[in-house]
Amino acid sequence: MATQQTRVAGRLLVAPSVILLFLWMIVPLAMTLYFSTLRYSLLDSDNVSFVFLQNYGYFLSDPNFFSALVNTLVLVGSVLVISVVGGILVALLMDQPIFGQSFVRLMVIAPFFVMPTVSALVWKNLLMNPVSGLFAWIAHSLGLPAIDWFTNWPMLSVILIVSWQWLPFASLILLTALQSFDEEQKEAATLDGAGAIPFFFYLVLPHIARAITVVILIETIFLLSVFAEILVTTAGGPGVATTNIAFLVYKQALLNFDVGGASAGGIVAVVLANIVAIFLMRIVGKNLES
Amino acid sequence: MKVLVKSLLGAVALAGLSLPAHAETTLTIPLVNNSDLIRMQKLSDDFTAKNPDIKINWVTLEENVLRQKLTTDIATKGGQFDVLTIGTYEVPIWGKKGWLLPLDKLGADYDVDDLLPAIRGGLSVDGKLYASPFYGESSMVMYRKDLMDKAGLKMPDAPTWDFIREAADKMTDKAGEVYGICLRGKAGWGENMAFLTATANSFGARWFDEKWEPQFNTPEWKKALDFYLSMMKADGPPGAAANGFNENLALFGAGKCGMWIDATVAASFVTDPKQSKVFDKVGFALAPDNGLGKRGNWLWAWSLAVPAGSQKTEAAQKFIAWATSKQYAALVASKEGWANVPPGTRTSLYNNPDYLKAAPFAKMTIDSINSADPLHPTVKPVPYTGVQFVAIPEFQGIANDVGQDFSGALAGTMTGDAALAAAQASTEAAMKKAGYIK
Amino acid sequence: MALKQSMGKRVGMSAAAWLIGFLIFFPILWTFLTSFKSELDAFAIPPKFLFFHWTAENYAEVQSRSNYLLFAYNSIVLSVGANIVGLIIAVPAAWSMAFVPTKRTKDVLMWMLSTKMMPGVGVLVPIYLLFRDFHLLDNRLGIGFVLLMMNLPILIWMLYTYFKEIPVDILEAARMDGASLMNEIVYVLTPMAIPGIASTMLLAVILSWNEAFWTLNLTTSNAAPLTAFIASYSAPEGLFWAKLSAASTLAIAPILILGWFSQKQLVRGLTFGAVK
Repeated sequence: MATQQTRVAGRLLVAPSVILLFLWMIVPLAMTLYFSTLRYSLLDSDNVSFVFLQNYGYFLSDPNFFSALVNTLVLVGSVLVISVVGGILVALLMDQPIFGQSFVRLMVIAPFFVMPTVSALVWKNLLMNPVSGLFAWIAHSLGLPAIDWFTNWPMLSVILIVSWQWLPFASLILLTALQSFDEEQKEAATLDGAGAIPFFFYLVLPHIARAITVVILIETIFLLSVFAEILVTTAGGPGVATTNIAFLVYKQALLNFDVGGASAGGIVAVVLANIVAIFLMRIVGKNLES
Repeated sequence: MKVLVKSLLGAVALAGLSLPAHAETTLTIPLVNNSDLIRMQKLSDDFTAKNPDIKINWVTLEENVLRQKLTTDIATKGGQFDVLTIGTYEVPIWGKKGWLLPLDKLGADYDVDDLLPAIRGGLSVDGKLYASPFYGESSMVMYRKDLMDKAGLKMPDAPTWDFIREAADKMTDKAGEVYGICLRGKAGWGENMAFLTATANSFGARWFDEKWEPQFNTPEWKKALDFYLSMMKADGPPGAAANGFNENLALFGAGKCGMWIDATVAASFVTDPKQSKVFDKVGFALAPDNGLGKRGNWLWAWSLAVPAGSQKTEAAQKFIAWATSKQYAALVASKEGWANVPPGTRTSLYNNPDYLKAAPFAKMTIDSINSADPLHPTVKPVPYTGVQFVAIPEFQGIANDVGQDFSGALAGTMTGDAALAAAQASTEAAMKKAGYIK
Repeated sequence: MALKQSMGKRVGMSAAAWLIGFLIFFPILWTFLTSFKSELDAFAIPPKFLFFHWTAENYAEVQSRSNYLLFAYNSIVLSVGANIVGLIIAVPAAWSMAFVPTKRTKDVLMWMLSTKMMPGVGVLVPIYLLFRDFHLLDNRLGIGFVLLMMNLPILIWMLYTYFKEIPVDILEAARMDGASLMNEIVYVLTPMAIPGIASTMLLAVILSWNEAFWTLNLTTSNAAPLTAFIASYSAPEGLFWAKLSAASTLAIAPILILGWFSQKQLVRGLTFGAVK
């Protein structure tokens, strides 16, 4: 029932965000597009020449590109599944009348406060190290051989670390959504004698569907650009087992200092990310309608 | 009274300078967070007391982040730093590009001829010094004397690779979590490739021939890599493909390694009771060879330089002269003991009996540094300089890729031959792209 | 009977929640404990849980080496400041998208999120050049702007979804009563959306707090936040576990405290918002 006036006001109020974000997008994007056509190495920055699409050719024909693409999808997909499913379970549990709720809640969101490099360093050395890590000690205490995480399960290790960082995010968002769930509705359902499982699937899940959408979309954006955890733990290896697109671009930009190549990689990554986004919208976007 | 003396001194100083009083200069100085440089930061009051018109703004960062920031800044002429902390890889490249100022105002006390020739050579371009070394390092074998005795062997001062292999086999006791050999495996030009490039030199291999053709398809490289892989597989610790300097230091310090070949600077850590359980059981030897005339040790020096375009070059050179002088060494010695003096830069330090007495690893360090020759690093002739690196701008990128292949081979995701073939292909492509080969 | 049963259920649930909370929290607890160990104890096998020689030497070392307060101050100013400005821009935008949607609203939302998909490393050099020319390197305003732009799409998105839950009738009723648009947003919408705004703000602050790419590359000392502080303790040559743990504890502490307080706020906001 919006009047003409509120409609105009609506446009005006969105404008600052749109303009700012547009500038924030278009200026670097234009510069990156330009740089992506140059042979431009930071270490050789006096020798810049125009090479047109050559950088794209090198980036796309890199034999590691395809496996990086697969790795990216595996990483994003697994962490999404773990953090959403885990997040729902944790949120449901936190929503119960438990003792010391706010303290438990703080413990659960705490991993989100830890900077990615630090959490990667802690996991790699204090927990997952096959000789002196805590997990190895636990395995030995149980009479099992220690797991050599980063050699035999490199991708799983990275997924575990990243999931640990993002589970709290999902839990917190979903918990907020759950808590806005009408108390009366809940009681009515309990009185009707609805079983817990149908109750969850027919009432709770639809209610938090939009929150799940938010979690998936926002996490996807961040997960597509994970590189710090990889750099610290495996440096993309062994081989290219944990090299994702973001790390490939990172390697070009700040380990190899190839600005042209990194710009081309950046553009490719943007295109891929948008494809993923459109795809995601198809699947989960309908939750945004109301 | 004190105030009077101070102002008198100030007046004398001003008169001596016969210049109007300078406005205060602030130097922004980035440091790698390694212990010798951190110590320098702590002792810098000595410098600011002598130069009250200079203030210092420290930026300590871990090596990778520091390199990113410095390279970005200097290549875009961002002008954020007044002194640079860089290594022997950057100095010749940046110096040649005119990104660094030659250090010609270090003062009479600096005594440039006292610098170790290998280090000085690595930091000069066309005979001009572009960076002053703060501490230098090579690599060597660190081993457990007790385990060596148990194995019934005696480590020679200059072991061969065959001996190392034999010793590693005999020391390994996997059930008891003792691994005969710990080596770097984590991918990166400064990680596994530093070790493997230096090792390959001793096997007679080289990165490029005189025409810049990559040489990973040669038998020398195959022999070097196969040796590394088979020894690590038989005697190395689990998870070796993710191990860098620190991971190995932790393993060795916890008593899990029989031998460890890595930076000489590690010697001060593994002999420190606060950081190592085996501090009293460590012996040292030169990096191994294969009788071809080159040893598998590298050469690196963290050095201080002045970026071109800086407005504060005079203060910057004053600072560099202070931090890399003999007087600074004496200052450290008086405050923290001779063992903590930054090693590996000056001949005079290794002629100092106090130092030799305090640092049991001194002789091995200097012998290692002297046996590395950045100008002639390989058995066969090469068109490049640098021992564990090739001093061309493209090297970081190329070696990172090769490092990933070799790390993959160590983890068992591909064979050694496949890794070499991949390395050959990627290096060739990169060298073509860069225009070295047609 | 029913009470007894629900009590038993409550205890069981609490135990499960505490166990899971503890497991999730454990790596941080471990970091905290490690910060009081000597470097050798930090690596001891079998691990030392509580019975080791407690020492504060790591904190003393950190204290003597870096100006922690300046880093912490920068972190707080940057992450809170940037997101307050962000909220001021985002709340009206989210209002308009939620209550006066146009055909393109969804596309605009999607596009806003897509601005975040540009991998930062890919545009480092262009941004660095721009910042150099505008003298924004190592400048709180400069890095604050970057953090603002990084979080703005997320702020708008999350607020949008929370606002969507609010029945539009209430806003319209207020409008009928003659409330101006400004009053409608500030006095009617905002109080109802407090839990949403609080958790959005909390998350955005955390994201800015941990943003380690731009903050590391665009600041040196004056504007450098705690991410740079951490970078001076991670991975030096030598053992660094205990010192890094101490530095990490110091870096996490302010935001953990902030999190604790905004938790309470969040819960209080909930009772507010429950009046539907």
